[in-house]
Amino acid sequence: MSNLDLLIQAPVLSLQLLIDGILVGAVFALAAYGMALVWGVMNVINIAQGEFVMLGGYVALFVVQAGYHPALGVPAAAAVMFAVGWGLYRVVIYRVVDKDLFISLLATFGLSILLQQFANQVFGADVQTVDSGLGTRFLFGGMVTVAEIKLVAFAAAFLLGGCLVAFLRRSRLGQAIRATAQNARAARILGIDTDRVYAATFALNAAICGAAGALVIMTWIVHPYLGLVYTVRSFMIVVVAGLGNLAAVIVAALGLGAAENFAGFLLGAEYQAAFVFSLLVVILVFRNRRLGRQRKYLK
Amino acid sequence: MSPLARRLAPLLAIGAVALVAPMLLPAFKTQLSFLWIMVCFALTWDIIGGQMGYNSFGNVLFLGVGMYLCAVVQRDAELGYFPGLFVGMALGAILAVAVAAVLGSGILGLRGHYFAIGTLGLGIAAGEIASGWDYIGAGSGLVTPQYPGDVDTRKMLFYYSSFALAAATFLTLRHIYGGRFGLAINAIRDDEDKAEAMGLRTTRYKTMAWCVSAVFLGVAGGIVGNMIGFIDPRDVAFAGPTFGVWMVLMAILGGRGTLWGPVVGAVVFHVTQELFWTYLLGWQRVALGLLIVVVVLFFPLGILGWLRERRPELFGHRVDEADGGARP
Amino acid sequence: MTALLEVEDVSKRFGGVTANNAISMAVAEGEIVGLIGPNGSGKTTLFNSIVGFHPVDGGSIRFQGEEISRLRVPEIARRGLLRTFQQTRVYRRMTCLQNMLISEPHEREGLAAMFARPQGAAAERGEELLEFVGLYAKRLLLAGDLSFGQQKLLEFAMALMNEPAMLLLDEPTAGINPTLINGLIERLKRANADLGITLLVIEHNMRVIMNLAQRIYCLAHGELLAEGRPEDIRNDRRVVDAYLGAH
Repeated sequence: MSNLDLLIQAPVLSLQLLIDGILVGAVFALAAYGMALVWGVMNVINIAQGEFVMLGGYVALFVVQAGYHPALGVPAAAAVMFAVGWGLYRVVIYRVVDKDLFISLLATFGLSILLQQFANQVFGADVQTVDSGLGTRFLFGGMVTVAEIKLVAFAAAFLLGGCLVAFLRRSRLGQAIRATAQNARAARILGIDTDRVYAATFALNAAICGAAGALVIMTWIVHPYLGLVYTVRSFMIVVVAGLGNLAAVIVAALGLGAAENFAGFLLGAEYQAAFVFSLLVVILVFRNRRLGRQRKYLK
Repeated sequence: MSPLARRLAPLLAIGAVALVAPMLLPAFKTQLSFLWIMVCFALTWDIIGGQMGYNSFGNVLFLGVGMYLCAVVQRDAELGYFPGLFVGMALGAILAVAVAAVLGSGILGLRGHYFAIGTLGLGIAAGEIASGWDYIGAGSGLVTPQYPGDVDTRKMLFYYSSFALAAATFLTLRHIYGGRFGLAINAIRDDEDKAEAMGLRTTRYKTMAWCVSAVFLGVAGGIVGNMIGFIDPRDVAFAGPTFGVWMVLMAILGGRGTLWGPVVGAVVFHVTQELFWTYLLGWQRVALGLLIVVVVLFFPLGILGWLRERRPELFGHRVDEADGGARP
Repeated sequence: MTALLEVEDVSKRFGGVTANNAISMAVAEGEIVGLIGPNGSGKTTLFNSIVGFHPVDGGSIRFQGEEISRLRVPEIARRGLLRTFQQTRVYRRMTCLQNMLISEPHEREGLAAMFARPQGAAAERGEELLEFVGLYAKRLLLAGDLSFGQQKLLEFAMALMNEPAMLLLDEPTAGINPTLINGLIERLKRANADLGITLLVIEHNMRVIMNLAQRIYCLAHGELLAEGRPEDIRNDRRVVDAYLGAH
């Protein structure tokens, strides 16, 4: 009986895949929102986005190895990656903000390679995970099993996202960021230090990714080459959802998580990564084609 | 010396040196072979990356396609070593071109970041799919057939094959850049919307440019696969973090959008890489990432690009109209 | 004379804004027609609609009798309908001569034509046209190194090189040194008379358009306000009001 038959015959299986997918999708949404933030405010597409997630995971790993409770991994990762993000902005990214596409593209690409290989050298190529110490829950009368950590991560992702959105709406820095995103020149004229805004935005993005990474290592695994697939996921979600629409980002992210899970089941786990990268190409080409009918193209 | 002789002299000189190099440096035959492969990589990237302005992170797709098809032909066609090898390389090139032609209209419709990240995804997807496909060895990859002879002759064969490939690539590009094709892809780079508004068949030229890259990378695939002897889907055939990245870096380092730039970049990169390997070991890949950032931020014109800014006369550009004069 | 370009009830909306509202106009072969109107009246939008830059929301556009409102920009350009840009677009990292060479008509683009060397005749024609616009001395300079006014002239020469049947010019004298404007008007007239190119010109400079055009359309607030000969348009109350009395 093929996997597809299995799905049709046992709808409970579909429900299981769907729930698992949606739960992991919340973390995708975090990383995607961060990418959209940097893209919208600074017009920089951060190809090293996934590497920030990966590094956050390793921070959480070290927190646990040092003997602390895994939950502390999340704020620790966020704090460390905030500093990393700020540092990277001050050293590299600030030079790239107003430059042409080629320079910003290749600079973040180079960073991605650098961080990825750095992790490979320093942390080793082994896959790492963190045991959260939580158990499993049974939903729907015992038909669906869900690791409790995934439920916690899902809630944490939404909480973090919510905090970020609230910060952007309520705080002065958040307002400065939104003003700069709308019109950087006007913001500057009105006295906003756009350089600090950019630094804060990039650092915030790194922090969000770091927190996401901590959640990832607790619910799944982390390894040095994890970054690329997260960058691609984030990019896909932003392309589908558009830059300004948070609700669309969430829906797209949860949808992607579910789709990946189904694909992994139907095609085999070894093809799940192939699915993600192929889906990227398909989405880009079809989106572009659709715009092409209105004589436009993806910009 | 006549103008023609002056233009051909450097080429002939390099050709002569290349022909005797393996005899002069017998211990470095494999490294020299890879040098010519690197030249081919950089030149093929530059067609669409430098001359046309489409930054591709997925050209390694064609390398892998050529590599696998050649190995499969060698394994299954039962042609004997040499016929198998050459038929394999030819078919690999043809398949690579077919892939470029088929994917071209969709993927080359993307621009800027979308094209770059899309091709990045394409290259990785190919590696992942190859890793799961049993017919071509899945994760274990394929092994190319044993060379029927001694080690030294084998090295010589692959050295001259690599050199021939690099020379063919260079001469072909030199020829087509001087024609309408060169003008068209430069126009696409400078202002694609303007080119469309002037009636240029941009899709056709873009696809053709990618096909030209594909044909040489396809052949390169066959050579590299047989030189290394073992085809791993992620680390050799569709090797993004190594070959894929080097293609981009070498062209930028040497000066993208020039004919000799990628050649210079490939030589500089390959030589320094051999040194890095000796002294940095595992850290060379970290250094690679750092090098990309540094080059892009501080030296984006590359060696020849920088030279062209300083001494434009060397490249046939006029800065002032002193020699413009009135039309006779 | 036959109508080369017929625009019938063409409308274009952007979100909630109607940039063009049921505009109709026609240009006969060999004419020089002007298109004027205050800023924001929808002139460039109309141009963009005609050359296929965006789809129209209603109406029909016919060129040489053929419906072109569904065609794409390159297809329309290859049929002999070209436009120049308000911000002036040239290939900045290529020399002026190269800009001319790649502007040759793209009739046949089969394998052989794609890789062909530019013929001597093409280079000659390119140089002739550069001379025509006064840029011969700069033919080997990079187009990006020219001044704005010179780039405008180059763009005009490139359009001529493409042998169009009709040329839509978007503010051809904007940014040009006033002393050189007469020379440009002369060249436009010569292109029309000697090369037989029909012209539709957007202009803000009243002196230029009154001198150049045989007929003028005036747009305001996205609608066609008036149409007629230059003398009639100049005296039309509605046109004067639309410009708030400014010339």
